[in-house]
Amino acid sequence: MKRASWLSIAVVAAVLAAFPLLLSSNVALNFVTFAGIITLAAQGWNILAGYGGQFSFGHAAFFGTGAYAMALLQVRLGLNPWLALPIAILIGGLVGFVIGALSFRARLRGSYFALVTLAFAEVLRILTNALSFTGGAAGVLIPLRVGIDNMQFQDKRLLYWLVLAFVVGALCLTHAIARSRFGAYLVATRENEDAARALGVDTLAVKLKAITVSAMLTAAAGCFYTQTFLYLDAGIGFGPWISVDALLAPIVGGMGTVFGPLVGAGALLGLGELTKSVFANLTGGAAPGIDLIVFGMLLILTVAFAPQGLMGLVRPFRASSKGGA
Amino acid sequence: MLKPDIIIAAVANGLLTGAVYALIALGLTLVYGVLHIINFAHGATLTASMFAVFVCHQVFRLDPYVAVFVLTPLFFVLGYLVQRFVIGPASHGNDSNILLVTLGLSIVIENALLATFRSDTRSIDVPYGFSVLEVGPLLLSVPKVVAFVTSFAVAALLGLLLVKTDTGKAIRAVAKEKAGAALVGINVEHVYAITFGIGAACLAIAACLLMPTYLVNPRSGNAFVLVAFTIVVLGGMGSIGGALAGGLIIGVVESLSGLVLGESLGQIGIFLIFILVLLLKPTGLSGARS
Repeated sequence: MKRASWLSIAVVAAVLAAFPLLLSSNVALNFVTFAGIITLAAQGWNILAGYGGQFSFGHAAFFGTGAYAMALLQVRLGLNPWLALPIAILIGGLVGFVIGALSFRARLRGSYFALVTLAFAEVLRILTNALSFTGGAAGVLIPLRVGIDNMQFQDKRLLYWLVLAFVVGALCLTHAIARSRFGAYLVATRENEDAARALGVDTLAVKLKAITVSAMLTAAAGCFYTQTFLYLDAGIGFGPWISVDALLAPIVGGMGTVFGPLVGAGALLGLGELTKSVFANLTGGAAPGIDLIVFGMLLILTVAFAPQGLMGLVRPFRASSKGGA
Repeated sequence: MLKPDIIIAAVANGLLTGAVYALIALGLTLVYGVLHIINFAHGATLTASMFAVFVCHQVFRLDPYVAVFVLTPLFFVLGYLVQRFVIGPASHGNDSNILLVTLGLSIVIENALLATFRSDTRSIDVPYGFSVLEVGPLLLSVPKVVAFVTSFAVAALLGLLLVKTDTGKAIRAVAKEKAGAALVGINVEHVYAITFGIGAACLAIAACLLMPTYLVNPRSGNAFVLVAFTIVVLGGMGSIGGALAGGLIIGVVESLSGLVLGESLGQIGIFLIFILVLLLKPTGLSGARS
């Protein structure tokens, strides 16, 4: 399991697909669906940052683009959601390409790249909040019209399986990238960009490809967010929370690994729910942000003590038999 | 169209606000200049110090201008300890780790404030909160004028500290060449922590200057942190003079774009400048190479 293979992805997919058959409560189903959406966004971040070493602090830009495109294509243009989904993902990829082209051409690296992505996300948030086309501060509401043709499911398990299909697709895509020549270039760019260029790798093209794929995955997460909650405002779509979730899950799970974002998203959201319920039991009331305090501490502790995340902790047990990754 | 006197008033107001922005950016640029890291927790630390001013006022009935003498040393010590015992050890000297650790810190601080104070917006009442000073045709808010003057005084003091004192020399030595500084017996970790402490102390002063006229809620820092980054990038990373100039420019830009574009779009001017400067001239106005 440490070292991803097509077989391990198939096993994970089968286990996750069987989940709703075992636990049918709505709360549990909502939880895993949401975890799937975060996994998608996180897998996008993982491809760019985990494999490519380009730390984005503004993946909300892509999540929000996907979410808003999905919503506006339906509400303003009357498109069917099944048609809106691929278009919204493409728009997300386009936004990723443009932001990448601007930032990477200006040779922004490290903290500069992190900051400029954050600024792009903020600009989009302010614009969406101010323009009437996007619904302004009131947000957009997708009219409730339940039906499979309208991607609004009576049976919530269908939505879960749909999200899961994309999550499994993202796992396969990441695995394929990691094994490909492009993946090798990407890792080379992460390890030493100047050396990679000296060896003839077109690092600009590699990074552009990575941010486009990354943005498309994260945009897909935004699309499913829209279809799940049928409501969106600028603070949800382009807010810092999703940028943080998208980077936290892979870091906690293990950056630059196929399963890292999935493991991290599950662990984080599970821990978040646990913290909230423990805290509520102890004090008899909810406290906003209490789960995020734990997330922040977890981020510091992971960086300090387990730089390879949860997947890295699995390694010692496997190292003897497989010789590490 | 806009009348000239409205524009002049907006510029004057922008300059006054910009001085405090400069003070906030000063701490950030100093830390960047010495440690070569971006302290992502800067905004959250500012929010924390604004809440500290709020608590001092509500609980101990301390005027912000008195509280500054308590909070500045307190935040210096806190900053010192956080760098020495959290950021330093946790990041293993790796730049992207520092970015992540300070991001983690900002999440913790912000949400600890949210859990304690909830998301309500708070302000304090001071007797001079609305007093104004008449200068020619302009009406200037007294607390803002105080903030303007104090910010420049603090910047001057900081400049003196860096040039004249042994600590200042050690800080500059570490900024230039940390291996060399370590070789001549400077305790680099100590200097890092002192620099971080100074950055936090600047924020405490800024908070005391802001609170008479500003509101605070647990997310306030977000708005300031990008403004401060913009100033630092605009002024050139690590440059004190650049931070002052950048602060004033950004203050005026914010004030004017608020006037032209309206309240909700006004902030966008700052982010656009930030993106443009990063994309076109990442070395800042002064053009110094980092």
